[in-house]
Amino acid sequence: MLPQEINNPKLLVNNLNFYYGNDRALKDINLSIPEKMVTAFIGPSGCGKSTLLRTFNRMYELYPKQRATGEILLDGKNLLEKRQDLNSLRAKIGMVFQKPTPFPMSIYDNITFGVKLYENLNQHEMSERVEWALQKAALWNEVKDKLKQSGTGLSGGQQQRLCIARAIAVKPEVLLLDEPTSALDPISTAHIERLVDELKKEFTIVIVTHNMQQAARISDYTAYMYLGELIEFGDTSAVFTNPKRKETEDYITGRFG
Amino acid sequence: MQKYFSQVRSMLQNWPDLLFRGITRISAVSVLILLFAIIVSLIVGSLPSIKATGFQFLASPEWDPVTDRFGALVPIVGTLVTASISLLIAVPVSFGIALFLTELSPRWLRRPLGIAIELLAGIPSIIYGMWGLFVFAPLFGEYIEPWMSNHIGNLPIIGPFFSGPPMGIGILTAGIILAIMVIPFIASVMRDVFEVVPAMLKESAYGLGATTWEVTWNVVLPYTKIGVVGGIMLGLGRALGETMAVTFVIGNAHSLTQSLLMPGNSISSALANEFNEAVGELYTSALIELGLILFFITFVVLTFARFLLYKLGKREGKVA
Amino acid sequence: MLTLYARRRLINILSLGISILAMGFGLFWLGWILFTLLFHGLPGLSLQVFTQITPPPGSTGGLINAIAGSLMMTALGTLIGTPIGILAGTYLAEFGQRGWIAPITRFINDVLLSAPSIVIGLFVYEVYVIRTKHFSGWAGAFALAILVIPIVIRTTENMLRLVPNSLREAAAALGAPQWKVITLVTLRAARAGILTGVLLAVARISGETAPLLFTALNNQFWSSNMNQPMANLPVVIFQFAMSPYADWKQLAWAGAMLITFSVLTLNILARVFFRQQSSTH
Repeated sequence: MLPQEINNPKLLVNNLNFYYGNDRALKDINLSIPEKMVTAFIGPSGCGKSTLLRTFNRMYELYPKQRATGEILLDGKNLLEKRQDLNSLRAKIGMVFQKPTPFPMSIYDNITFGVKLYENLNQHEMSERVEWALQKAALWNEVKDKLKQSGTGLSGGQQQRLCIARAIAVKPEVLLLDEPTSALDPISTAHIERLVDELKKEFTIVIVTHNMQQAARISDYTAYMYLGELIEFGDTSAVFTNPKRKETEDYITGRFG
Repeated sequence: MQKYFSQVRSMLQNWPDLLFRGITRISAVSVLILLFAIIVSLIVGSLPSIKATGFQFLASPEWDPVTDRFGALVPIVGTLVTASISLLIAVPVSFGIALFLTELSPRWLRRPLGIAIELLAGIPSIIYGMWGLFVFAPLFGEYIEPWMSNHIGNLPIIGPFFSGPPMGIGILTAGIILAIMVIPFIASVMRDVFEVVPAMLKESAYGLGATTWEVTWNVVLPYTKIGVVGGIMLGLGRALGETMAVTFVIGNAHSLTQSLLMPGNSISSALANEFNEAVGELYTSALIELGLILFFITFVVLTFARFLLYKLGKREGKVA
Repeated sequence: MLTLYARRRLINILSLGISILAMGFGLFWLGWILFTLLFHGLPGLSLQVFTQITPPPGSTGGLINAIAGSLMMTALGTLIGTPIGILAGTYLAEFGQRGWIAPITRFINDVLLSAPSIVIGLFVYEVYVIRTKHFSGWAGAFALAILVIPIVIRTTENMLRLVPNSLREAAAALGAPQWKVITLVTLRAARAGILTGVLLAVARISGETAPLLFTALNNQFWSSNMNQPMANLPVVIFQFAMSPYADWKQLAWAGAMLITFSVLTLNILARVFFRQQSSTH
């Protein structure tokens, strides 16, 4: 539960508060995210789990009147600091969203979009990178013959895996998944879950989900949040089988939420 | 000091962003500059006339290039009267069209009919002018106007407006052609705002047993009235500034008559007809001052229209 | 009770009948005008129209100089106006949440969108024609560009606003700086809509007469010099239609038919194109 319990945390959150205008949406969050593991945030909608996720790559800065105070240490360096360059931060921390967001361009260009921003690869290296990313995202076999076709023409599940491939193609250190399966059918969901299990060998993964079974299936650590507060955080099996707090137990057993 | 350096550094890092933002901002500001430049250039151009005639310009019906005496009353009145006639016709018709397109028309017909109405807006105004002068006006003068002056012309109060020789061209003809031109603008705004009405609101009225007309009149119209008025004002702005169609059919006579069947003049048609032939500083300047007046009138009307439509948009935003 | 209900029904039927009439009223004029154009325009349409320049009264000729002039000025007006419009529209949609410039610009732009075009002609005359001391094709192109800008700004902003924020976030999440997010992703996602707006703007200016009267004026002869007065279809139609000569009137009708059907075709093409593009996404 305490941050110190986890050795070599990838992300360490200290006294994080978040505000939408004057509304305080996150209250004194303390938490550490272990490296190369899957950490899940669960909780009823509006509890702040997505908000918390979006502070890790400072996505909120796109919007006026949203701000965060406190510290988030990435490998010991505070990423909330003003001098932190947003773009290079986001290149290190990739993100996949609720709904698939393929760019209006070919599958190939979707993958290379992020790579081109930070690396100067020749054509051969680039093709290899595209194949690597699509292989990792378990999409290669389905699209290898139509890389020049528009990414928007794929099915929903394929689009989401394309977005995952696009995110990992830039070789980030952390991968943030914001309810990545909520818009998908069960088969595509199973696909993505298997994928997450594979990907954690190389990436630190943080996933927000409203599906408790999903959290139980794929995560190593689980954080339960309610009304902007972190209620309980710990080993997933412990949180699910032996919750320390009454609120967590109520939520997990379905008495609430 | 440290803070200052870090700020400079982050600025340097983001220079392409700042540059891009700057370019788009300059483009946006150029619109403001454009408006400002239009107003200033018109004022500068009309200074000689303003100095020579002053406020008398607005009230004098005289327009005599030979003696260099100019007054704007005739074209101002002509502009206002033709625009009013056009609204009298266009508003009810547009309402009917919008009602048809949102409530009555079968779904498969909506799109083609909507496009047809928008095509009416796409026809260049000079075509309306030609058609009005060569096709509509002769028929109007031969069949409708004689009937009007015989039957309505003798009535008290409104009679004098409809008496006089049937010439085909004139204020009334210009107003009718303007009406045809602004119908598509008003109708499409009305249709758009009608479609914004939440289906649930309409369904709950239908659920009480209300007829289509009752739902439209008692639910849809009150809900959208700001937008409807905004759309009408938008049409009015169009009608006031319309040039070519009016120039063809209004008759271009600098005279003030009570009869709508007589030729008259409007600001825009005076400009179109006389500007290139105008000799002498005062004549040109008087015409530019007419343009300034026209711009001012339409600016006020359009500002009002946009203001109403924004208000509607804001309320919508709150509901949603 | 029954009488009240019967009365309500009657009012309903009456009003709906009137609504149908109103629809017919609108379509009636469209049909009549198009029919007139075909009726008067078709007889005057011949190969000569596209090969010969405008004639003096009493002899034969065509409209090629006017067609060419119109094409040149419309093209230049679009080329000048479109980039400014797209950039300004981008500012309103992407940077417009903060500050006072965006709301004021949006408002002024909406007013300019329906400002009388003849005033725009006067403005260009005042600031350009008087300075250069002659009417010119450039002056005409500038006047048309001023008409293009507000249309393109409005559609660009509207279309960019339709692009879901998740797409911007997705691009930003890869570490793309804002200008790349906008140029490579959002503008790209909105390009079908923006192109539609540009096509509609072209349709609008290619029929405009009033702003050309004091700027490009007209030219009886072939001229591709943008610094000279330039022939253009709308003004030629205006002059020829108002003239007393039958053969000039004939040419005016042919020109009127040409211009109307090109403008309407452009209108329909723009809409069909937009529908096709937006349905594939």
